[in-house]
Amino acid sequence: MKQINCPLNGLRNISEFIYGGEYHPMPDPQKCDTREWVEHVFFHDNIAGEVCEWWCHSATSYWFMARRNTITDEIIETFPASKIFNKRVEFIADAGES
Amino acid sequence: MATTHSTNSQNNRLASGGLLIDRSQTLNFFFANKHFQGFAGDSIASALAASGQWLISRSFKYHRPRGVLTMAGQDANSLVQLPSDPNVLADKTALVQGMNVDGQNYSGSLEKDLGRHIEKVGGFMPVGFYYKAFYKPKGAWEKWAPLIRKKAGLGVLDENFKPGYYDKAYRFYDLVVVGAGPAGMTAAIQAAEQGAKVLLVDENPVLGGSLSYDRIDAQGSNAQALRLAMIADIEAHENIEVKLDALCNGYFADNWLPIIQGARMYKVRAKELIMAVGSLEQQAVFHNNDLPGVMMSSAIARLIRLYGVRPGKRAVVVTGNDHGYAVALEMLDAGIEVAAIAELRDAPIQSDIVQELASRGVAIYNNHAVYAAKASSDKKHLAGVELRKQIGRGKCADSGEFIDCDLLCMAIGYTPTYQLVCQAGGQLSYDDETALFTLQKLPKALQIAGSVNGNWSTDAVCGDGYRSAVLACNRLAQDNDHISAIAEPAPLADDSAASPNYSWPIFPHPKGKEFVDFDEDLQIADIVNATRDGYEHIQLVKRYSTCGMGPSQGRHSALATARIVAEATGRSVAQTGVTTARPPFAPERLGHLAGRSFYPERFTSMHQRHLDAGAQMMQAGAWYRPAYYGTTNQRDACINAEVDNVRNNVGLVDVSTLGGIEIRGPDAAELMNRIYTFGFLKQPIGRARYALMTNEAGVVIDDGVSCRFHDQLFYVTATTGGVDRVYQSMLKWNAQWCLDVDIANVTSAWCAVNIAGPKAREVLQKVCSDVDLSSEAFPYMGVREGHVGGVEARLIRVGFVGELGFEIHVPQHCGEALWDALIEAGVEQGIKPFGIEAQRVLRLEKGHIIIGQDTDAMSTPQEVQMGWAVSTKKPFFVGQRVIKELNSLGQLRALVGFVVDDLNAPIPLESHLIIEDDQMTGRITSCNYSPTLGKPVGMAYVQLHKAEAGSEIAIRSTGGVMVNAKVVALPFYDPQTQRQAL
Repeated sequence: MKQINCPLNGLRNISEFIYGGEYHPMPDPQKCDTREWVEHVFFHDNIAGEVCEWWCHSATSYWFMARRNTITDEIIETFPASKIFNKRVEFIADAGES
Repeated sequence: MATTHSTNSQNNRLASGGLLIDRSQTLNFFFANKHFQGFAGDSIASALAASGQWLISRSFKYHRPRGVLTMAGQDANSLVQLPSDPNVLADKTALVQGMNVDGQNYSGSLEKDLGRHIEKVGGFMPVGFYYKAFYKPKGAWEKWAPLIRKKAGLGVLDENFKPGYYDKAYRFYDLVVVGAGPAGMTAAIQAAEQGAKVLLVDENPVLGGSLSYDRIDAQGSNAQALRLAMIADIEAHENIEVKLDALCNGYFADNWLPIIQGARMYKVRAKELIMAVGSLEQQAVFHNNDLPGVMMSSAIARLIRLYGVRPGKRAVVVTGNDHGYAVALEMLDAGIEVAAIAELRDAPIQSDIVQELASRGVAIYNNHAVYAAKASSDKKHLAGVELRKQIGRGKCADSGEFIDCDLLCMAIGYTPTYQLVCQAGGQLSYDDETALFTLQKLPKALQIAGSVNGNWSTDAVCGDGYRSAVLACNRLAQDNDHISAIAEPAPLADDSAASPNYSWPIFPHPKGKEFVDFDEDLQIADIVNATRDGYEHIQLVKRYSTCGMGPSQGRHSALATARIVAEATGRSVAQTGVTTARPPFAPERLGHLAGRSFYPERFTSMHQRHLDAGAQMMQAGAWYRPAYYGTTNQRDACINAEVDNVRNNVGLVDVSTLGGIEIRGPDAAELMNRIYTFGFLKQPIGRARYALMTNEAGVVIDDGVSCRFHDQLFYVTATTGGVDRVYQSMLKWNAQWCLDVDIANVTSAWCAVNIAGPKAREVLQKVCSDVDLSSEAFPYMGVREGHVGGVEARLIRVGFVGELGFEIHVPQHCGEALWDALIEAGVEQGIKPFGIEAQRVLRLEKGHIIIGQDTDAMSTPQEVQMGWAVSTKKPFFVGQRVIKELNSLGQLRALVGFVVDDLNAPIPLESHLIIEDDQMTGRITSCNYSPTLGKPVGMAYVQLHKAEAGSEIAIRSTGGVMVNAKVVALPFYDPQTQRQAL
């Protein structure tokens, strides 16, 4: 069984983890066009090679990220999501709030 | 059983020797109804051989007599039947007193198998026979299959099988060494010296690997001395744990190894792994090479050294390496006449062993092959071989010399035991120079050492073990203080000159019967013809010809097959390769796989109260919930009575399985606002709001009730099955948004009931004095904190079942106290518990959807009439953008309510189809007889033109009966929603 080095819990069996999909940055929902948004939601790059992915340690519900080679299935590194997401994300209201 | 009493006297047992046997313990057993004797420590095959019983089985296809080939469990020749165990390897299975052993795959008797005549029509059964013969006419296969299946197959299952005890154990080591031969033992000792905790695994009953039977010097004493010295070191070392009779039966990612020993499977994790798994000897391919008496050189060495059994009286050796000479010396020392050595090479490479043999006067025929073997008159044993001079690759002179013999020793080379290594990702290639398969591209933390790595001389093998151990330990030393690093040894000298492989020991014969794969009776022509039929890829050759698909999985046939396919297709052996090796390495018992499974079960804290009240429990995910209260034969009456009691009096239902999530902090409202579709920033404290969740694709995935108890505290419920996913989703989003909140899944911290019905307030008032329960002070969708029955509680006025109702959430350990307090308080009002079934009917009458039942993977809020729960004014929520886009495209279907007025029609069930003009246009999501309305009511997805109240729909119900139904506005019950607001 494969192992993943969880940034919070250390080296654990992969059966303790949940795959969270590819990471790619979210376009600005207010500004991007439909095509861009639809591609963001429904299309995945699914590349053969090195990818960045979300993983979750299920027992602790801890989300982190991993760089993985999809050809060799080697997990190159794991790191906390805060390495990419380190400031508060704002969505600007364009009208009154209900 | 009927037995023939003939004592077979072990007349092939040598006067001395036999590392594994205990001559003081004689064991009696039966083979094919005949009485035999052997010694403790014998395998079934060695004991049979000791008494001259060479015929062990009949081959799969032609029913040819077969005997000992490898003595290492690498062929199907030695498969025998035990009373409760088919397909047992006779050469690997220890003899037990009183054992009843039988041959397999014969009709009548093993000695006079009626099926042997099938060989005479063998010419009519070419490769791919079944594919070609039964492909047409249509239906032919169905007719023939039962007859063929009866003929095919090997052992017989014991249908009176008795379950046995099997278990699992988990182990963790710094280093695991698989294979306890000279390389593995050296590696284990060295790693232990450097401080590593080592597991040394071997499938054999003793340590030593080839040292226990090989001859590595002319006198034949060095191997044993070296072996004993290493064993002493291993036994003295506390860092080494040894598992013998233990098979590493696969490789899984990151050095995760299933090691089977007896009735236990060890699941072992190794930080570093050394595979010192050795190599598998291959047979020469020539006419009648499958006769009993034709054996691998290593099988002969094993019989003599491990079991003290004389494998024959007069032997011929065909060899392309030193091992043939070493085994010839072994035979001479055991008193076996060695009539000739057929040296495939132009001449042997001179060594002490070769010189010793030459000095004993054995005739050596240089550049000679065994062209054909001849069977004895009863066809059951080797009677002689024909030696011919080689005149080209795989070609022999037109005539040769016939030599009488009852034993042929084949020493033409090996394949590395590549199976586990290839499972680990190693790649096999072929070196034309040495005629050897080599293994490359090993994953991290895995090394191979010894002959599997192409080392053959004892010095090179041990040196490889040492070097791999140092490399492993030096890596481990970086993160493990208890392991020390030492100077890295120099790379090993090239040992390729010692390659034991002869490049082309394959000699076609006009009459065929030169077997490549003994398991499946495949001959050279079968392999060549498979390529001519168009199956050139080695994987296709395998599937078309079945080569390598037998019990030994190509272990004795892979090399010859690769060579023949390479030649037939004009490719190199490296390009041809071998078929994929997958776990398991050897057959394993279902018991090893089955073990025990653990299915978690969750009980609410009121579970015992439900049982006491006579509930029929049902499972919802891991949870157990009361379906209804009463006996199963009164099911419908019980459910209807529970519904009536809620509608007319007051009922109590356990809703502890609902998920609960607490969101605390300055950004609590902001998080709610982004996760759920409604607006939550201005949700007043003390109020609840319906909370609908969509995913990024705009699909409804969960719902619950959001309760605001404080400016910075929301308590939101989630569906029983969805809460874990909801919780994870919130955490994932906030890992990106970095909002200042704490999110906690408090599902198991709280339990809850819903007290519902027109008399709910009356009952609750008796046990709740610190909350004003009046409609004015505590309106519908209000939330309060207080005490119920003395227990601190969160109260939520909700209306899931469509009546005045209070959800009461209390700490988990207070569940029974809460339940008891309410049941006792409600005696006068006729309070009764109700179960999930009644709740489903009640909510359906009220038109409330259940996520996952009335929604699917495409359901948008608009489709399920939840557009009102989606804020159009906030800047963002998950799914918002797609919902906007979908709404602009126009709706395709709608979830509507319907009623069936025909009370005699079969009630539609979930997933029954709505049919219009012979087309499927929708489906039922929920349907039940409504005791309140007196007819079946349900919800269904319909096309938009049928969504208007009053539309007629036709449902194909049970048995294909078409049922007419009428679309009606939801809810079915209390359309003004007055009752829950009482």
